[in-house]
Amino acid sequence: MSHHKLDATNLLCPMPVIRTQDRVAELASGDILEIHCTDPGALHDIPTWCRINGHRVVGTQQANNEIIVTLRVGS
Amino acid sequence: MSITPKAVVLISGGLDSMLAAKVVLDQGVHVEGINFFTGFCVEGHTHAIRNQDHKKPKRNNALWVAEQLGIKLHIVDVIEQYKDVVINPKHGYGANLNPCLDCKSFMVRKAKEWIEAHGFDFIVTGEVIGQRPMSQRRDTMPVIAQESGADDRLLRPLCAKLLPETLPEREGWVNRDALYDFNGRSRKPQIALAEQFGIEDYAQPAGGCCFLTDEKYSDKLRDLWVSQGEKRYEIDDIMLLKVGRHLRPRPHFKLIIGRDDGENNYLKGYRHRFTYMYGTSHNGPLVLVEGQTNDSDLELAARITARFGQGRDADNVRIEVVEQTGDPRNFKVVPLTRNEMQEAWYI
Repeated sequence: MSHHKLDATNLLCPMPVIRTQDRVAELASGDILEIHCTDPGALHDIPTWCRINGHRVVGTQQANNEIIVTLRVGS
Repeated sequence: MSITPKAVVLISGGLDSMLAAKVVLDQGVHVEGINFFTGFCVEGHTHAIRNQDHKKPKRNNALWVAEQLGIKLHIVDVIEQYKDVVINPKHGYGANLNPCLDCKSFMVRKAKEWIEAHGFDFIVTGEVIGQRPMSQRRDTMPVIAQESGADDRLLRPLCAKLLPETLPEREGWVNRDALYDFNGRSRKPQIALAEQFGIEDYAQPAGGCCFLTDEKYSDKLRDLWVSQGEKRYEIDDIMLLKVGRHLRPRPHFKLIIGRDDGENNYLKGYRHRFTYMYGTSHNGPLVLVEGQTNDSDLELAARITARFGQGRDADNVRIEVVEQTGDPRNFKVVPLTRNEMQEAWYI
């Protein structure tokens, strides 16, 4: 299991989801991906994308106009 | 073919594609959704930018629909490839700069490439004969099937009974008798079917889900092309056309004026690319200046900037002007009066 970061700041919906989707495709089951965003829509869209695609959100944080969504890649 | 037939559905986030997916799902087909991001999608952006939209749900409707249906959704970035559709539409534009027929052929073609790469059997869309004046007509629907290369692997469950039999019907992957014969612009059959399926919540975007169907947006894109002397765009160009008031006080420069704090913040992200200005003596918008300007142009731009700020009725307003090179400059200007603002400047 490894930990990865993705910079999706200054991108508007649905680009943070697309970047997340493309990055997750390169990762292994159980890997952790931390996505940094500025579009508040990401707080809703990335968890939805995770639910429908079998990944799990393990945390969300919001500070200084930045949103961090952390997910665990599903099998 | 796989044992359980597999279909990919073009999910826009609206009701028709949701119903089409549901019809096929209910026939035991394995369904996944695909959604193409062209850069012109209405989804989300204005929600993300404007203050007044912050109270609206920020959901991405395509994702929401997929979750309601319990299917996977693949969102595909087609921004670069889509440029040729917008710039050189073989079938021309609709009422505005909407190349609907070319667009649908493009999307079905991309879906065909996707099913070939992923071992799926056919493509489903929520098209209805007569629903849209350009791409959803009895005579243009075969054009989409043919030009996309999807041919009879393209199934439109909501109006399939009015169209020739397709491969999924012939092969028994779906039962033609359980498909529909919707026709025309009325939304009543779709709303009735939604009720039958127990679907109560769905997006109903007025004028569709694409900015190119919007007259004002098309005017701005046309203006961009005229000012550049050619039809081309980058993603930042088309994003900026969604934000702020756009005024062209002189042929060689344009102003993009934030309408609220949300838009001002968004425009701040573009300061490195443009000359920009804002009021220092009074609150007001952040204004980007696109084009080559001399001091006279900048003074006019500063007076317009003052007009849109809280100092519009003041004797004079201080405006900080920051160009790409050189130190910031402070202009002390008299705001333009209402009568001095010319209607023709508004794009």
